[in-house]
Amino acid sequence: MNYLDLSLTQVKSALDKGEITSQELVKLCFEQIEKTKDLNALNSTYFDLAMARAKEIDAKRAKGEDVGVLGGVPIVIKDNINMLGTKTTCSSKFLENFDSPYNATVTQKLLDAGAIIIGKANMDEFAMGSSNENSAFGAVKNPVDETRVPGGSSGGSAATVAAKQCFASLGTDTGGSIREPSSFCGVVGIKPTYGRVSRYGVVAFASSLDQVGALTRTVEDNATMLNVLAGADKMDMTASHTPVADNTSKLNDGVKGIKIGVAKQFYTEALSPEVRDNLQKALDWYKESGAELVEIDLPSLDTALAVYYVISSAEAASNLARFDGIRYGVRAKDYTDLVDLYFKSRTQGFGKEVKRRIMLGNYVLSSGYYDAFYRKAKRVQKVIRNEFLQAFEKCDVLISPTTASPAFKLGEKANDHVAMYLTDIFTVPINIAGVPALSMPCGKTSEGLPVGMQIIGKHFDEPTIYQVANAFEKAHKGGE
Amino acid sequence: MEYTIVVGLEVHSELNTKTKCFCGCKNEFGDKPNTNCCPVCTAMPGALPVLNRDAVEKAILMGLAVGCKINNYSVFERKNYFYPDLSKAYQISQLEYPLCVGGGLEIEVDGKKKFIHLNRIHLEEDAGKLIHDNSGTLVDYNRGGVPLIEIVSEPDMNSAEEAVAYLEKLRSTLLYVGVSDCKMQEGSIRFDVNISVNKPGEPLGTRTELKNLNSFRAVQRAINYESNRQIEVLESGGKVIQETRRWDDEKGKTYTMRTKEDSQDYRYFPDPDLIPLNVSDEYIESIRTRLPKLAPERVAEYIKLGLTEQDANLLTAEKKYSDFFEKVLSYFNEPKFVCNWITAEVFKKLNAFEIDDREILVDAKSLAEMLEMYKNGEINQAGARKIFDIIWEKGGEPKKLVEELGLAQMNDEGALKEIIAKIVADNPKAVAELKAGNQKTMAFFVGQAMKATQGKANPKMVSSIVMELIK
Repeated sequence: MNYLDLSLTQVKSALDKGEITSQELVKLCFEQIEKTKDLNALNSTYFDLAMARAKEIDAKRAKGEDVGVLGGVPIVIKDNINMLGTKTTCSSKFLENFDSPYNATVTQKLLDAGAIIIGKANMDEFAMGSSNENSAFGAVKNPVDETRVPGGSSGGSAATVAAKQCFASLGTDTGGSIREPSSFCGVVGIKPTYGRVSRYGVVAFASSLDQVGALTRTVEDNATMLNVLAGADKMDMTASHTPVADNTSKLNDGVKGIKIGVAKQFYTEALSPEVRDNLQKALDWYKESGAELVEIDLPSLDTALAVYYVISSAEAASNLARFDGIRYGVRAKDYTDLVDLYFKSRTQGFGKEVKRRIMLGNYVLSSGYYDAFYRKAKRVQKVIRNEFLQAFEKCDVLISPTTASPAFKLGEKANDHVAMYLTDIFTVPINIAGVPALSMPCGKTSEGLPVGMQIIGKHFDEPTIYQVANAFEKAHKGGE
Repeated sequence: MEYTIVVGLEVHSELNTKTKCFCGCKNEFGDKPNTNCCPVCTAMPGALPVLNRDAVEKAILMGLAVGCKINNYSVFERKNYFYPDLSKAYQISQLEYPLCVGGGLEIEVDGKKKFIHLNRIHLEEDAGKLIHDNSGTLVDYNRGGVPLIEIVSEPDMNSAEEAVAYLEKLRSTLLYVGVSDCKMQEGSIRFDVNISVNKPGEPLGTRTELKNLNSFRAVQRAINYESNRQIEVLESGGKVIQETRRWDDEKGKTYTMRTKEDSQDYRYFPDPDLIPLNVSDEYIESIRTRLPKLAPERVAEYIKLGLTEQDANLLTAEKKYSDFFEKVLSYFNEPKFVCNWITAEVFKKLNAFEIDDREILVDAKSLAEMLEMYKNGEINQAGARKIFDIIWEKGGEPKKLVEELGLAQMNDEGALKEIIAKIVADNPKAVAELKAGNQKTMAFFVGQAMKATQGKANPKMVSSIVMELIK
C-alpha cells in the first residue's frame, strides 16, 4: 500500500494504529516532493525541522500520550502565513529573505494539534492572481496537466495536495483563491465564513475579505482541518465569537429534505458546456437523493466583481504600504532621499500585478473619487449580502460551478487581465457576502480536467456544507 | 485694532494607559529605543490591531468632563501616508464618526467669561520618533501606537490670551480627569493652531495652520506673530494663502511647510481590521460614575467655605493645588488662612519653575502644623517664612524647628518694653516724625525691634508699645 494515497483521516488512523511512523511518513512526503518538484508547488521545505518534530510525536505516541487531532500528519501552509523558523515570502521579491518574527494563530493551532509543517506553498505574489503565474519564484504547474495552471492564488497549496506531497494544506481566499485552485486541481477547498478563522499572522491582502481555509483530498479531511482552525482569537478583533460547531457532526446525515438553491445568475452563457453538464448531473443526483432544488434569484450577482476590485484593491493599497523598505524587506541601494528610497524599493520589490492593484486601490480612495468608487462599492456590497441572506431564507445551501471553465493553459491569460479577473466571477460574490463556500470535484471534462462544484452555506453554517458535500463525495468515489 | 483674529486649536494629548492603543506593549516615556515594541506596533506582516479598552474609557471620560456627546457608534479609519516613524504607513484615527462630539470649556480673560465650543474629541494612535545623529537617521517605535486623543475646538478664540486661557483650562481638565500627564517637554500634549484674520463684519479670512507648538508661550507668540503677518499681507494688498506653517521657536517666526496644492491626500477609509466601536448608554453612564470632582464643583465648595471666587479659581487652577489645599485643611481647618498662604507663598515658589516641573514639595501635614503656630501667634511671619523655606527644601517638623532655631515669637511685654524704650530713647528724630503723624515711621521701629530680638518680636505688640511709650 502507498500511504501517500490515503486521506488525512486514513493516514492518521494508520499512524494511531502503529502501521507507519510519522518519521516514515515525512520521508515518503519528501520523496514525493523530490519526484514532483517540477510542479514548483513549494517555496521552501523543512526536512530537518519536520523530522525532529516527527520523532518527538512518534515518541509521544509510543508512550500512549495524546498527540492531537493531526498528530504526526505532514501538512503544507501557504507562504503568506507566518511560522517561526521559516521565511514568509508571499512569493514576492520584497520579502524574499523575510524571517517570520512570530507564529500566526493558524500556525500555532496546527502545531498544537500535532501537525508537522513540512513546507510552504508557492502562490501568486501577495495572493493577487488566479493562475499562480504572478509569483516571483515562477509559476506552479497543475499536477493533473502540467501544461495548465493550478489556479491561484493558492496554486501551490492546491498542487501540493493534488500531487500527494502532503495530506492537507492551508490556503487563503480573498476572492476565490482557495476554491478556484481546488477546482482546477481536483481537491476539496473551503473558504470559511468571514471571521470563522483568525487572520492574525496571515499577511493581509484585503482585510475585510481574507479568510484562511484548508485544501484537502476529501470532505471529511476538510471538516477535520476546519475544526482545528476555527475560533475566536484575542489577537484578531474580526475573528468571531460565534461558537464553533463540530464540522464533522453532520457528515453522514445525507441530503434528504435539504433545500438546495440554484440561482440562474450562476449558470450563464459563459459556462463551458462540460462544466454545465457536470453541474447538471450533480444537481440531478441531489434531487434523486431526496434533496429539494429551489430556484433562487441573486439579481446583483454580476456587480460583485466590480465591487470586489474596488474594495480589495483599496484595502490592499493600504495594507501593502508597510512594505516601505524602512524596517525589513527590499531597500534599494541607490536612493537619493527618503521619497526616492520608497519609490525605488517598492518599484524593485513588487511585481506588476501587485503594482496594478496598489494603483487601483489608491485611485478609488483618493479625494474626489472616494464616493464614486469606495463608498458606492461598500453600499453595493450590502445589497449583495442582503440578497444572499434572503436566498438563505428559502434554502440551506446554494450550489454553483466554482469556475466557468476548467484549468486553462499556462500563459493563456497572462496578458489579458480582464479575462483573468473574470475567472473569479462565481467565487468573488461569496467573499463579498462573507458567507462560507466549499469547492469540490464533480466530474471531469473529456480531456480529464477536474470540474469544481461550489457549495455555498449560511454564515457560520459550515457543518451543513460538509453534510451536503460529503453525501456527494461518498456516492461518487472513484471519480464517477 | 481693525482686524478680528480668529483662532481654533487642535490639541493632541497622550493618554496615560498602561499599554498602547492597539497592542500590549508598555506605554512608557523615556525607555531605551525600540524596547516597547512588538509585531503589531512595528507593522510586521500579518500583525493586527486590537483596541485597548482603557484608552476608549479614558477618551470617553475626558469627553464627559467637557460635556461632549458620546457617540454610541464610532469608526476607526486609516489615515494613509508614508513616513519612517509611521510603521504601517497609516495612522489609525477617526474621521467621519468620532467618539465624542460637541461640548466645551469656559474661560476667563481680563474678567470676561467666554465659552469655547468643542467640535470633537477622537481617539487615535501616536507615531514613533525619528532620531537624527552622526550615523544618520534612526527610528524609535516606542511611542508608535501610544493612544492619543485629539481635541478639536471651534474657531471661538479671538486673541492669543484667549487661546492660552483655553489651553490652560483644557490641560487642567485633563489632569483633573487623570487621563493624561500633559507633560509638554515630553510631548505628551501638543498643539496645532488654526488662525485667520478678518475685518469686523466681513467673512472669515483664509486660515493658516501652525504646527510644531509645544508650550503655551510658543502658542501665544506664534498667534501674535502670525496674526500680524497676515494683517501685514492684507494691508499691503496681498492675499493670505491657505497653508501649513512651521513655528520656529528660536527665531520667533512661522515658515511655509506646505501649501494647499501640495497637501497630502490621506485616502481615509474605515479600518477593516477594527470593527466599529459600539458603546451603549449604560456603559457610558458607568464610566460617568468614575468622573472625579472637577474644578467648577470645587470652586462652589470653596466659596461656601468663605473664599472669594478669585481665590477659589486660583486654588483649583490645577488639581494638585486643590488636592493639596484640601489636604492641609484636613489637618488645620482654617480655609481662608490656608488659602492665603498657598496662593501667596506656595505659588511664589512654584512660579519659579516651568509648568511641567511645578511640584509642591512640602508635606501638607507639616505646612498645617506651621500655619497653626503662625495663626496662634507662636511664631511671626518672618518665622513662618523661615520654617516654610526649610520644610520646602528639606522637610522636617515645624515645632522642633521652631525650638531648634529659637524662632518662638517674643510675646513678653515687659522684656519688649525694655528693648523698645531703648530704641525710642536712641531715635528722637524718628519719634518726632511719628508724633507728627507719619505712620510710615512705625515700620522703622518695628524693624529695629526685630533686629534687637533676632526677628522674634511680636510685631503687633511692638506697635502698641511704641505708641504707648511716645504718648
